[in-house]
Amino acid sequence: MSLDKATIRRVATLARIEVPDAELEATATKLSGILSWIAQLSEVNTDDVLPMSGGTDLKLPWRADVINDGGIVDKVLANAPEAQDGFFSVPKVVE
Amino acid sequence: MTNLTSFTIADARDKLAKKEFTALELTNAHIAAMEKAKALNAFITPTPDIARARAKESDARLQAGKAGALEGIPLGIKDLFCTEGVQTTAASHILEGFVPQYESTVSQKLRDAGSVMLGKLNLDEFAMGSSNQTSYFGPVKSPWKAKSLADDLVPGGSSGGSAAAVSGYLAMGATGTDTGGSIRQPAAFCGIVGVKPTYGRCSRWGVVAFASSLDQAGPMTRTVRDAAIMLKVMCGHDAKDSTSALLPVPDFEAALGKGVKGLRIGIPKEYRPDGLNGEVAALWDKGIQWMKDAGATIVDISLPHTSSALPTYYIVAPAEASSNLARYDGVRYGQRVEGKSLDEMYGKTRAAGFGTEVKRRILIGTYVLSAGYYDAYYLKAQKVRALIAKDFTDAFEKVDAILTPTAPTAAFGLNDKQDDPVAMYLNDVFTVPASLAGIPGASVPAGLNSDGLPLGLQVLTKRWDEETLFRVCQVIEDAAQFPFLKVPA
Repeated sequence: MSLDKATIRRVATLARIEVPDAELEATATKLSGILSWIAQLSEVNTDDVLPMSGGTDLKLPWRADVINDGGIVDKVLANAPEAQDGFFSVPKVVE
Repeated sequence: MTNLTSFTIADARDKLAKKEFTALELTNAHIAAMEKAKALNAFITPTPDIARARAKESDARLQAGKAGALEGIPLGIKDLFCTEGVQTTAASHILEGFVPQYESTVSQKLRDAGSVMLGKLNLDEFAMGSSNQTSYFGPVKSPWKAKSLADDLVPGGSSGGSAAAVSGYLAMGATGTDTGGSIRQPAAFCGIVGVKPTYGRCSRWGVVAFASSLDQAGPMTRTVRDAAIMLKVMCGHDAKDSTSALLPVPDFEAALGKGVKGLRIGIPKEYRPDGLNGEVAALWDKGIQWMKDAGATIVDISLPHTSSALPTYYIVAPAEASSNLARYDGVRYGQRVEGKSLDEMYGKTRAAGFGTEVKRRILIGTYVLSAGYYDAYYLKAQKVRALIAKDFTDAFEKVDAILTPTAPTAAFGLNDKQDDPVAMYLNDVFTVPASLAGIPGASVPAGLNSDGLPLGLQVLTKRWDEETLFRVCQVIEDAAQFPFLKVPA
């Protein structure tokens, strides 16, 4: 399994991590190495096997669908890099 | 006078109750030890003022006869647990300066039991690593030294600061978290006890998430009894984590001393591959003999999908991590790098905030979840994970516990050139299968290799059977008579 630079660029965009052009090649080599090692799983017979999607065998408990927290705007915003008028603030999204 | 840092949690608990010393004296002894051992870099954020204040509160409760289960016991908290009012970084630049406004359930329980927080312990960035070398705040050094090597050694990872602090007598115990071996492998490297309980025993609420279907908190201590005492406090259902079990928490300490007479101990042949380190294999054989001597029956077993566990883990864990770490976007907390657009701000923030190994895993995780690859990688891995879990279910029809080595080698040098990620991943070859299956596992220090370095044995049991786990661990501890480091003068 070998990844090319275009694939790395696409995945990096999906992951929202800027990867400089100069690093694309080296990143592709490292990730290709990991993926070709992982590829051995294709040899395991998994016909009729149900996927295991969580870590527990217990039924998860239900709880009442009620509002049980809130009214702590100051705490929520306490670590914001930029906050304004009780909101998180980000670069302009809509022109 | 005896250095107060030398006591076990169990001893200190009794001596505090008998007023042989105060909680403040005990805490001050540990703060002094932390000062002297700064070079180990075990703590990212020491909290001596908080520790002294809480120790004084403990002394008042001890006076009033209202002592909790860990009253006055100085502990270190892995810097993956959110602590109210105290910086929590996950050893990442992206969270530098983040001060949680809430306390994780596990650290709250430890606090409610009267324990004293000494500070926040170093780790691999976002708990991704097996050597503590990926921390943004610099690597941790093991207090152990090899006879043949002048270089410092790694403490293992990701709970490397926890392992170094406990083995070096800077804390009586510490919290760790284990996703693929991050409690057990550093415990083995530093010659201490590390317990990863059944997935669901401890609440994950307030613990910085790495891979949610695998992450579990657990204790790291110098003795099996101390681990049992600490784990009991850490466990229990929490409405804020729906995967935390609605089961009663057993008195793990009460299970100690029952021995292993009549128990069936499984020895999986897949854990003895060609080329297994000779000293690791020999120690394992010794462990098998200890079990026989203590009256257990040894049963050869097979866990046929063992060799698929690491590749499965390196799909499942990065996939979950890529989703969990999406929240670090420079908007709500942590570092931000400005950009012209929102997307550019995200991209620059995450490029600057995450280290190399974390970025690598996010990219792998994003790839295996992306359109066209999901079935081939992620779904396939979830199916193989089911087979690995079934291996253990089948094995526990025949045996009560499984005994293996914890890690394929002893600790390696801090400056060893380690350029191949896959080679580093192999550190967790013996610990990852149990993580995928969600079963409990523990590492107990069992002996030294010819270079004078600790080796650990791993014990595994079926889900929710930590009591048998502790029984087996204690037999190993009693037989091994492990030569702990000397308490620093």
